Amino acid sequence: MRRYAAPVIFLLPATCLIVAFFLAPVVTTLYLSLTDISVITFQNPQWVGMGNYATLLRDQFIGRIVLNTARYVVLTLLFNVGMGLVLALLSSSVHQRWGDQLRAVWLLPRILPPVVYVLIWQGLAREAPYGLIGTITGSSTSWITAAPWAVIVLANGLVGASFGMLIFTSAIRAIPADLFYASAVDGATTLQTVRRVVLPLLRWPIMFVTAYQTLSLLTSFEYILLLTDGGPGFYTTTVWSLHAYKLALSQYFGNVEFGLGAAMAAVLVVIGIVVSVAYLRIFNFRALVAEPKIEVN
Amino acid sequence: MKGIRVRLKGLAKHFGRVVALRTLDLDVRAGEMVAFLGPSGCGKTTTLLMIAGIYQPTAGEIYFGERRVEHLHPRDRDVGMVFQSYALYPHLTIFDNIAFPLTLKKIAPAEVARRVRQIADLLGIAHTLDRRPGQVSGGQQQRAALARALVKEPQVLLLDEPLSNLDAQIRVQARGEIRRLQQEIGVTSILVTHDQSEALAMADRVAVFSTGELQQFAPPDELYRRPANTFVARFVGYPPMNLLEGRYEPGAFVLDDLRIPVPPGHPAGRGWLGFRPEDATLDGDVPGRVTVAEALGRENLVTLRIGPAEVKVLVPQGRRPAPGTPARLGYRREHVHFFDASGRRVGA
Ligand SMILES: Nc1ncnc2c1ncn2[C@@H]1O[C@H](COP(=O)(O)OP(=O)(O)OP(=O)(O)O)[C@@H](O)[C@H]1O
Ligand SMILES: [Mg+2]
Repeated sequence: MRRYAAPVIFLLPATCLIVAFFLAPVVTTLYLSLTDISVITFQNPQWVGMGNYATLLRDQFIGRIVLNTARYVVLTLLFNVGMGLVLALLSSSVHQRWGDQLRAVWLLPRILPPVVYVLIWQGLAREAPYGLIGTITGSSTSWITAAPWAVIVLANGLVGASFGMLIFTSAIRAIPADLFYASAVDGATTLQTVRRVVLPLLRWPIMFVTAYQTLSLLTSFEYILLLTDGGPGFYTTTVWSLHAYKLALSQYFGNVEFGLGAAMAAVLVVIGIVVSVAYLRIFNFRALVAEPKIEVN
Repeated sequence: MKGIRVRLKGLAKHFGRVVALRTLDLDVRAGEMVAFLGPSGCGKTTTLLMIAGIYQPTAGEIYFGERRVEHLHPRDRDVGMVFQSYALYPHLTIFDNIAFPLTLKKIAPAEVARRVRQIADLLGIAHTLDRRPGQVSGGQQQRAALARALVKEPQVLLLDEPLSNLDAQIRVQARGEIRRLQQEIGVTSILVTHDQSEALAMADRVAVFSTGELQQFAPPDELYRRPANTFVARFVGYPPMNLLEGRYEPGAFVLDDLRIPVPPGHPAGRGWLGFRPEDATLDGDVPGRVTVAEALGRENLVTLRIGPAEVKVLVPQGRRPAPGTPARLGYRREHVHFFDASGRRVGA
């Protein structure tokens, strides 16, 4: 008994937090998704089994929403991770003073409230006379309607890339200078050093940023909501989480369907788990995790 | 393969206001092994990194043969280097580490494998090839780093304290191995070390540095027999040479009220008198008193106070005077060293 005391004591606080703030909401969501709870049936929800899921499958726009979601997550992720890497590499290869300034500039959008940030985007990208670019070029097209995906990915990416940038920069800084010297003496060009030495050593941070941002992108919709509200037109840029939000919390006639929204959220949880496991596989997680540094016995 | 002559002309390196290397002229013969010996922070690594092409010199020229190279990228210089930290790539196996320079040259995989195995066999690490650097011992890492530096058959080999992370026993063994290999291949080599016995044992010639400046560049026995100044005299040889500061008068060296007779050839006025502990005896005529007597195994090291100074004398094992006993210092006149007031050697 004694030998299990230490591990149990160490694990208990984290376990409590996970149960209270992670497991309990998931279970609640799963439960709600099996009922017809809505504003109307709030007092007395009925058990509907897989009914909500069947409704989702029958929805004629669901295919489009899935495609939109995939497009949103993949494009933004590519931009975020790719740009984060480029920024980290660039800002670590110039003089530190310039590097710090480059990174500081990229962090600016992150400290703006999202609503203000989106207002700035609208001020840039809308048609004349509302948008700056439109006004200067005298164009009457709004970029937000003409190229909604480009605007959404850029608006997300300009904020999101700085996350990867910070993580990758500190990871690059942690690589001993001798490795860069050795690689140069061994005959590598800068690009070869990046590809064959730096990137492999960044495998763990890259996986972390990719997984983390995939999950947050799957559930984030605030920029889309504020920029296009899922439009222009019918469901052009509506993603899964935005749809769930609208069904569950902000329907037109006030008939918000918690049950259906919960079903959509439950699907996201499953997708999140599947994607995480896939990443662990792809990046060969087991090889990344060293033997435990502290042995408990 | 034969090494190439390496010449440094007026080489200097400043980091902002820090002067890492003041100015260095050095001519290393083809196939020679030269050791850079000096205390910590004297600019040895900096010099090596300039030769490798990692650092741009602030001033000066570097020649490989007749070719000026200081503007060339490291990959165009044909040097191999072993870093003090070994700098093995932690994500690659020992095989891939050694193969790294070859794969960058677009050499066919079969040829790469053949050359990696050959050098690994030569260095006795063939059985570690499929492990990663973290999974082999320090000595094996050191050999892997040496193998990676040698596998592309460079014209110049740079070794930055390659042995300082090894324990004493492996160190002496690795010393001999590296030297043998270097002579076999004939690659021009520069070895950085602050261990004088390593420098004296391995190198054809030794360049002794103090802060940012070359003090003497000579074969080991000459460094020992004819140190160019008091810095080298103190730095090379163990136990270090006795150096007394005083005044020369005709036929004698005067230390307060002590007169030590000296042979001809000495400077005039203020200066230094040097003699090694092994060239000193307790059977002379300069009065003194024993303060410490340490057993070194084969010999005893006796510290003697004479006038205002302390000198060390090596005596045979049988003789170990107790502290406090009077003794009379003597020294072999033919092995005396004279230095002027600025510390420079005077006479032969
Ligand atoms: N990148 C750098 N920026 C600023 N100063 C440096 C830099 N590299 C070295 N120096 C300074 O230059 C001097 C020489 O350093 P160097 O590394 O060449 O010494 P070293 O002889 O190799 O010493 P050690 O035996 O401790 O390795 C030191 O005073 C050091 O602080
Ligand atoms: Mg050094």
